[in-house]
Amino acid sequence: MKKGSRLYYIPLTLLALLVWWPLWFMLMGAVQPVDELNATIGPALGVGTGQAHWTLLPSWPTLQPLTELLLDTPSFFAMFWNSCLLAFPQVLGQLLIAAPAAWAFSRLRFRGKKPLFTLYIVLMLMPFQVTMAPSYLVFSRLGLMDTVWAVILPGIFSAFPVFIMSKSFDAIPRELLEAAKLDGASQWQIFRRIGLPLGRPGILAALVLGFLEAWNAIEQPMNFLKSQNHWPLSLFLPTITSENLAFAMGASLIALAPAAVIFRFGQKYLELGIQSSGLTQ
Amino acid sequence: MDRKKVKQRSPFREEGRAARWFLLPSLLGIGFLVLAPFVETIRRSLYNNPGTQFVGLKNYRSVLNNQAFQLAVSNTGRFLVVCVPLLLAASLGLGLMVQKVGKGGRRFKTTFLLPMAVPVASVTLLWQVMFAKNGLANAVLTALGAEPVHFMGTGAAFGVLIFTYLWKNCGYDMILWLAGMDGISKALYEAAEVDGANAFQQFRYITLPGLVPTMMMVSVLSLLNTFKVFREAYLVAGRYPHDSIYLLQHLFNNWFLDLDLGRLTAGAVLMAAVLLVLILLLQKLLERRDGT
Repeated sequence: MKKGSRLYYIPLTLLALLVWWPLWFMLMGAVQPVDELNATIGPALGVGTGQAHWTLLPSWPTLQPLTELLLDTPSFFAMFWNSCLLAFPQVLGQLLIAAPAAWAFSRLRFRGKKPLFTLYIVLMLMPFQVTMAPSYLVFSRLGLMDTVWAVILPGIFSAFPVFIMSKSFDAIPRELLEAAKLDGASQWQIFRRIGLPLGRPGILAALVLGFLEAWNAIEQPMNFLKSQNHWPLSLFLPTITSENLAFAMGASLIALAPAAVIFRFGQKYLELGIQSSGLTQ
Repeated sequence: MDRKKVKQRSPFREEGRAARWFLLPSLLGIGFLVLAPFVETIRRSLYNNPGTQFVGLKNYRSVLNNQAFQLAVSNTGRFLVVCVPLLLAASLGLGLMVQKVGKGGRRFKTTFLLPMAVPVASVTLLWQVMFAKNGLANAVLTALGAEPVHFMGTGAAFGVLIFTYLWKNCGYDMILWLAGMDGISKALYEAAEVDGANAFQQFRYITLPGLVPTMMMVSVLSLLNTFKVFREAYLVAGRYPHDSIYLLQHLFNNWFLDLDLGRLTAGAVLMAAVLLVLILLLQKLLERRDGT
């Protein structure tokens, strides 16, 4: 690269601090004893008085809050499990439902394909505020309000993964499909043997995006799950803030962990998925 | 001639039959869970709250005359007008810088994408600590000799929300810009270099025009991501935040919690109609561009 390009490291690093600092804060906050937390950031949350402040490193790092949370707090486990129970079926359902639909849009010619795909794009772009009323009407009629299905089902039938997956199926060379057809393969076999393996990056991309969306969801569970024993971590976290700071800090970090793991191993696919979301044709 | 026609059509028919099976589960789900209930939503928007009596457009009038609705629409509009251009510019800037540093840019790419994976709930605590009256942001401000700001209780809440939105979405848009930049032929830059064009001229006459198609899509996606900023606003400030960040999303939520179905359904139909027109217009625009 050119000489001048080194200069860009300075603003980039400064901006990167805006991301690194909050993560550092969460990591260090989780290994701080509760007295220290109460003294440093407590004032900002109504614990104690004075001005909140923060030190780069805790003066007395401890794993006690984290172990307490993980070993002695069954309610936290239940919440974590609730989150998993909402997120994983959504992703699995998306794989089963969206992948074949995406294949049809990408690789099969049929009447009404274009308007139907437009419908999917429109649905994909509609925010929760639009779908909230219809979802409520149908789930209350089916008696599914306040059950996990009210959150899982809309996730499974989301139009977004169909769109992302169809973009990656588009990239499979036509010759491969024609060769398979000459060998007498059925449409289903072509999808199973060629589409799924070659479209894998796009499928994973959709699933990574789907998982992050499901794990971080607030609106659906907040409105459709009334009883606290169904609540995922994302809803529960904000309610514990001032009760026990060390607990809140640890819980924030652990809620972040699955998303971070998916990010670490799926970043390539995440980027791919984002790129596909920007393809219009 | 007849036989030829049959030959041409039969693979089409076969694909059509297969397509039906491939699409069936997805279409069933969408039909039952979205389309049919939406028709019911339109019907309910014309009835009174228990759904027993036809009231015509009364619900729509009541929504449009509602003061909270007017406040929420103007706040949401203001948020869109300020945020989307800011986000586009900021993420384009990031993308350009990341591209310029070449191989080392990888690390920054990861960094700026990370906030996307961070659950809002996890940063809520941090945001509260940051922006409380006696929080960390004010600690820095007073240390610099400035007056402390009551972030969540004044119009400054709007600024906090914008910052949060940018923090969360810059990475996503940056990836879209970078993909767009990859699509611009390197030969153009080489030719410009030979002709003695400086970095700014190259950006102005090659990069920027080359990114127009990307910009369309980034704008649409950013616009729709703005509706998700409700999460941050809600988690930091609760059901009834400061007036400056009372958004449409808060209003819909409060209608829902009050089980005000008349307004909720009428509001949903109005919002769907506006967005539908917007989306179809943009699609027409994109198609025309691709056609020429």
